[in-house]
Amino acid sequence: MNSWFKSGTPWVWLSAGAVAVSLVMVVGLLLMIAVNGLGHFWPGAVVEFDYEAPGEESRRVIGEVNRSETMTAAAMRDAGFEVPEEQLVVNRHLIKRGNRDVTGRDFVWYLEDFMRDWRYPDDVLVLERTTWGDFYGYLRAYKQDSEIVAKGAEARQAFEARLRESLELVREVARIERFDIGSVNYQIEQIRLQRRGLDRNPDFGDEERAAREAELDAQRDELQAQYRDLQVRRNELRSDVRRYGIVMETMEGDERTIPMSDIVRAWWPNEMGLGSQLVHAAGSFWDFVSGFPREANTEGGILPAIFGTVLMVIIMSVVVTPFGVMAAIYLREYARQGPLVRTIRISVNNLAGVPSIVFGVFGLGFFVYFIGGGIDRMFYPEALPAPTYGGPAIIWASLTLALLTLPVVIVSTEEGLARIPSTIRHGSLALGATKAETLWRIVVPLAAPAMMTGLILAVARAAGEVAPLMLVGVVKLAPSLPMDGNFPYLHLDRAFMHLGFHIYDVGFQSPNVEAGRPLVYATALILVLLIIILNVTAISIRNHLREKYRSESD
Amino acid sequence: MNDRPETLTHAMDPASLRGGTAERLKPSRETACIEIQALQLFYGNDQALKDVSLTIPRGRITAFIGPSGCGKSTLLRCMNRMNDLIDSVRIEGRILIDGSDIHAPGVDVAELRRRVGMVFQKPNPFPKSIYENVAYGLRLQGVKNRRSLDEVVERSLKRAALWDEVKDRLHENAFSLSGGQQQRLVIARAIAIEPEVLLLDEPASALDPLATLKIEELMFDLKKEYTIVIVTHNMQQAARVSDYTAFMYLGEMVEFADTDTLFTTPGKKQTEDYITGRYG
Repeated sequence: MNSWFKSGTPWVWLSAGAVAVSLVMVVGLLLMIAVNGLGHFWPGAVVEFDYEAPGEESRRVIGEVNRSETMTAAAMRDAGFEVPEEQLVVNRHLIKRGNRDVTGRDFVWYLEDFMRDWRYPDDVLVLERTTWGDFYGYLRAYKQDSEIVAKGAEARQAFEARLRESLELVREVARIERFDIGSVNYQIEQIRLQRRGLDRNPDFGDEERAAREAELDAQRDELQAQYRDLQVRRNELRSDVRRYGIVMETMEGDERTIPMSDIVRAWWPNEMGLGSQLVHAAGSFWDFVSGFPREANTEGGILPAIFGTVLMVIIMSVVVTPFGVMAAIYLREYARQGPLVRTIRISVNNLAGVPSIVFGVFGLGFFVYFIGGGIDRMFYPEALPAPTYGGPAIIWASLTLALLTLPVVIVSTEEGLARIPSTIRHGSLALGATKAETLWRIVVPLAAPAMMTGLILAVARAAGEVAPLMLVGVVKLAPSLPMDGNFPYLHLDRAFMHLGFHIYDVGFQSPNVEAGRPLVYATALILVLLIIILNVTAISIRNHLREKYRSESD
Repeated sequence: MNDRPETLTHAMDPASLRGGTAERLKPSRETACIEIQALQLFYGNDQALKDVSLTIPRGRITAFIGPSGCGKSTLLRCMNRMNDLIDSVRIEGRILIDGSDIHAPGVDVAELRRRVGMVFQKPNPFPKSIYENVAYGLRLQGVKNRRSLDEVVERSLKRAALWDEVKDRLHENAFSLSGGQQQRLVIARAIAIEPEVLLLDEPASALDPLATLKIEELMFDLKKEYTIVIVTHNMQQAARVSDYTAFMYLGEMVEFADTDTLFTTPGKKQTEDYITGRYG
């Protein structure tokens, strides 16, 4: 036994065990997120059953089984359900029945004991709508200009034939609203601000002011004409789509007319084969990744959040890398090593341990109120009291995170610099290079992989950080992306959406918990994937650099 | 000290290497290249060099020998002020190169190091291509013309007897070379900027005997154009390659003479004890 301990075998087992546990945890986490998140996009079978609760009339229910659980009978009795005396446990199912506009509740628990006659009718139609969530029911008729033109099987044919075109029109309307009208609105707002600026500027004489005002007014009138044109075009398109509609039978047996303009996607889940299920899942996943959110973020996509996260991380990297590298070079190469530098180094290292929310508070006080407010007073007085830079903005979020990740970059760059063998430095100095030349030509390129390591760690930390962002730039719904087609294209003063905050918002602030639940997982999956992509990119750059500056020391 | 066992190269006769010149060298007949006058060097409170005075003749190979820690490398590093890089070093006395004091105010250290090249104990090529290693010094001086760079790289590699081995892979990483080739590359890099003096700090101590032989032959060739100062642990090497030899002990210059005299009829007892292997 003693020799077994001496041989080191227990340590091998112990350390290998630790690795195995870590791997299992990572893989398990990823699997859990992936299964829960991706399941949301799978077109689940829709069940129809009759619910016969004692003392109530039998009624038909249509919906998807969301999840099931087993409760003790006693607990159910306490909750006011009538359960037979001899029964010990009760199964219940959470059914997603959609139709929030009809029934008011789209997720309802049903007790299995009272569910009779489960069936999966082929002709159940599910509609994803722009408002009010999904709709479950049977297609009964197809309408054109409020007249029923087809019924039964013909209705389905006519509906399917029309669907593609109407989806395109719906998309076109959304595009006009979001981009074209958004752009014109932006320009009108700029002109309004210029006009206000004119009023505040004492340099102009009356005549010149009048001339400029006239010019701005002319521009504004032109834009407003454009705006009206766009509006007319949008309304035409919209009424074009609205001419068509379908009549759906709900589970209660009522008929409801749904205009084509409300429909985002339609499918008959019970008759889909594996292939079309896959196509559907891929399509709705793509919509999720590339779409804009609807319905208080519980529907639609997360493109703005992905975009905001990536842009923020990029701006942060651009800021933190030069600062961190410069600071590290000074500390390691130029500063006289002594108590002062040691103190600074310790402080920098401790900065990494400060809770991130503290950085958020600092960012709010310093960047947003002090710097941002100062910029507003100096350069954008015409917009006051509405803030330009003095409010939540992507630039302040990026800078706050840059501060947060600065220690990481400094520490790893310093370590990289310290690892460069002095013989190589001396070789350069002996050839008549000055210290600065040696640094830039030899030392910094050699330390570049270490800098990239710092950046990788910084990116990983920044992409997942949420708490400080809530104070300095992230909002639950940003009206526009921080980058668009309007000059100057990159709008650093805009608030933005962020995946981490989106998870929090959908998970905890959402009015519809059950609808939000799968989105939390799906968004988490996207966030993890995004961080992996960012890291893999950075790691491959680092490996490329390592290969390029391969040296004995590695 | 770790004297190397006798090997193939050590068996060679120093006289044959020197082309059989029977004529005796005399310090008094040489022109001075480096004059070291009463040099004292302190690391903090420890004195590493004690009142060293020496005149290194132009166009010759001068070897410093002595046991480890005797200050020979420190003395060598004084000549291009590499000791400046160590914070605690304090220097008294003067070093004149071509008659001008290298510690005088206003002396550009980088310029001095261009004139006094140095090769270190361990090969230290830069993690760049072979070509870029040799071109480094010129690029520092702002030479951008591709053709003149090509020319200098080729000439330097030829003079360092490396050209034939690397001419087909100039753009490969320098670390793909063997240790001996790396050391010759470093010498090529040093002579590419045409220094007047070449300081070699135990240039062959990390190399195998064959590579050592090549370096020694190379030194002999380079002597025609450069003043070479070499520090070595290896007395046979000093005997083979150098014209003059200085023996140092505990920071003092014990004896300086032409190599034949120092090795055959040393003037001091200490020198004799050392070269006959009685201590060190």
